[in-house]
Amino acid sequence: MSGLLLKKRISRPASPSVQQKLVLSEAFVTTATDAGVVGFILAGLQDRVAPILWVQDYLSQKESGRPYLPGIGAMRPIIQVTVSRPLDVLWAMEEGLRCKTLACVVGELWGDPKALNFTATKRLALRSEAAGTPCWLLRRSASADLSAARERWRLSSLPSALHPQDAQAPGDPRWKAELFRSRSGSAGTWVAQYDRSSDRIDLSPALRDGAVGEGDGTRRHAAAQ
Amino acid sequence: MERAGTRPPNDVPVVLVNEAANGQVIYATNRAARLAGMASGARVVDMRAICPELRVDYADIAGDRVALNRLSLWARRWCPWTVTDGENGLILDTTGADHLAGGEVTMLAEMEALLAVSGLTPQLAIAPTWGAAWALARYGTVRAICNYEQVAETLAPLSAAALRLDGATLLLLRRLGLKTIGALADVPRLSMARRFARDALECNPMLRLDQAMGRLAEPVASVEERPWIIAQVRLPDPIQDPTAYLPDLCASLCAQLMAEGKGCRRLSLTVYRTDGEVSTLTAATAAPSRDAKHLRSLFDDKLDKINPGFGFDLITLEAVLIEPLQIVQHCLDRAGEDEVELTQLIDRLVVRFGTAAVKRPVSKASHIPERAEHWVNPLIIAHSYAAATIKERPIRLLDPAEEVRVLYAVPEGPPAQFMWRKQTRRVTRYAGPERIAPEWWRDRPNTRLRDYFKIEDQAGQRLWLYREGLHEDGRGGDPRWFVHGMFA
Repeated sequence: MSGLLLKKRISRPASPSVQQKLVLSEAFVTTATDAGVVGFILAGLQDRVAPILWVQDYLSQKESGRPYLPGIGAMRPIIQVTVSRPLDVLWAMEEGLRCKTLACVVGELWGDPKALNFTATKRLALRSEAAGTPCWLLRRSASADLSAARERWRLSSLPSALHPQDAQAPGDPRWKAELFRSRSGSAGTWVAQYDRSSDRIDLSPALRDGAVGEGDGTRRHAAAQ
Repeated sequence: MERAGTRPPNDVPVVLVNEAANGQVIYATNRAARLAGMASGARVVDMRAICPELRVDYADIAGDRVALNRLSLWARRWCPWTVTDGENGLILDTTGADHLAGGEVTMLAEMEALLAVSGLTPQLAIAPTWGAAWALARYGTVRAICNYEQVAETLAPLSAAALRLDGATLLLLRRLGLKTIGALADVPRLSMARRFARDALECNPMLRLDQAMGRLAEPVASVEERPWIIAQVRLPDPIQDPTAYLPDLCASLCAQLMAEGKGCRRLSLTVYRTDGEVSTLTAATAAPSRDAKHLRSLFDDKLDKINPGFGFDLITLEAVLIEPLQIVQHCLDRAGEDEVELTQLIDRLVVRFGTAAVKRPVSKASHIPERAEHWVNPLIIAHSYAAATIKERPIRLLDPAEEVRVLYAVPEGPPAQFMWRKQTRRVTRYAGPERIAPEWWRDRPNTRLRDYFKIEDQAGQRLWLYREGLHEDGRGGDPRWFVHGMFA
């Protein structure tokens, strides 16, 4: 079993510890149907075989699908909880964080439910730190209001890297990861690229040169490059 | 049995009837009707002539059977093995259980009192064999008790009908002049055997006599296996809320489980109500457990679902399903306790949300994406099919797949533009197709094949798109396009 290798090409001295610390992180997904955030979370997990508790509210499941085992990897057990009330999502996440054997607790909430206030996030954060289990709160169609999450990300998919064999096909996934609030490090924006074959994630600072960075990566742009 | 709510006064003759070939036939009578000369099996028109004020109602035989089954479970407050006997009898194997109720005499009195509260008039008897108890309850003295040595002399004066024989045999015995059990017992065994050896049990007085005297075994086959592990608390007064007694019950149950080296997988909490009903709550665990605190927590949110009626005076906690659970020495660093923690988490989630909301996916051997994973109850230990996934699969799946509207179709490959959820998406790159044919051994004959494409749209989102069917494949109109999942 190989652990996650992190190769950071970040010039800042205080770099964000991508899921290295076991804290409550909140991820805002800009587009509801964007599954990049799920890839980002799974790519960053240290433990490759421990089970994940995955809690979804009903609306999140309808709008953005459910975790698919063959895509995640059949070796990893998943306990999937689907409930309708946001309060139940938070309760299930807290219960999960009482258990120290999980690799991660993921909760998905739609919108800005009343139950998810500062106190609720604080409880999750403290539980997460006490249990030593990373906890992710995925928010869709939500606003970044008051929260005790130790790290707050805004994540979206970027056009993928070039496929080594087939220029027509999408290659390794790339995501735009914006850390807009962090307790330990400083905020910033990165382009994360996940290399599936070697199972590692590369973070590079967001490109300032828009001509290449904002293209969709098709053959036309590759040629221009 | 008289139905509640419409109970007539005791001095009015009432009969229950059912329909037979020649009109209504009496099925059961009350005491007043019996005194007026009614007998079951007689025709109602004849009996009306004898007793014009007779009240007639239809018998609810199926309902009575259900009620009797329920009553047999309720009677387990006295002993663990109970079984229904015919249409109107209960057999309780109280061997070794009578001292709990303060002896046999006290137990019979208690049974009669509690059954009378429920509106039933029991005829009770205690005897060492099923046959003798059946005879004494119906033909013996009130609350008869006989021990093993007295069986022969107690039964001797009773009518031969007390031997559970059918009508033809009884008629034959009467013609032979054998009217009592004593007379039958005096007949030499050889003559009896010569006459009845080949007859079935219900028309064989010799076998029936052997059963009653205990020479032929007739065990009580209880409807379910005898509960092994059970904790109970008897209350002086009926109460409505069992919460306060649960910790002690769980602790007692776990001590018993510990002594047996077992852990319980399914628990049932039963309250015995004063009105003769039982109300049961069950809980299940994902792995054998004998952790009192954990078992207690399984009933946390459920206790309000128990129906206390007008109160209950007996609570039992029973381990319905038990499995071996040995004491395991864990490593010093508590490494082995992981499994226990996880199963307890599953238990808590299932208790709160139900088995429908908590699921665990396992892989299945199937090409069809939605069948490649199977969602199972987390309490069941299911083995995952170790699939060698060669093709890349999406990380999220939409269930069911959502149809898209193609704006700009291309002959080969995915559409250049399509509309999904009211948003126009332009396909910039794609990989595919990957053709997945229907599974002919499961699907309906006209199911269409699917061509899957991994596409990337202008915003960088990677979707799993498929076309259902081909042009002119003879299985419907134009092929339709669906989004089935999202890649990372």
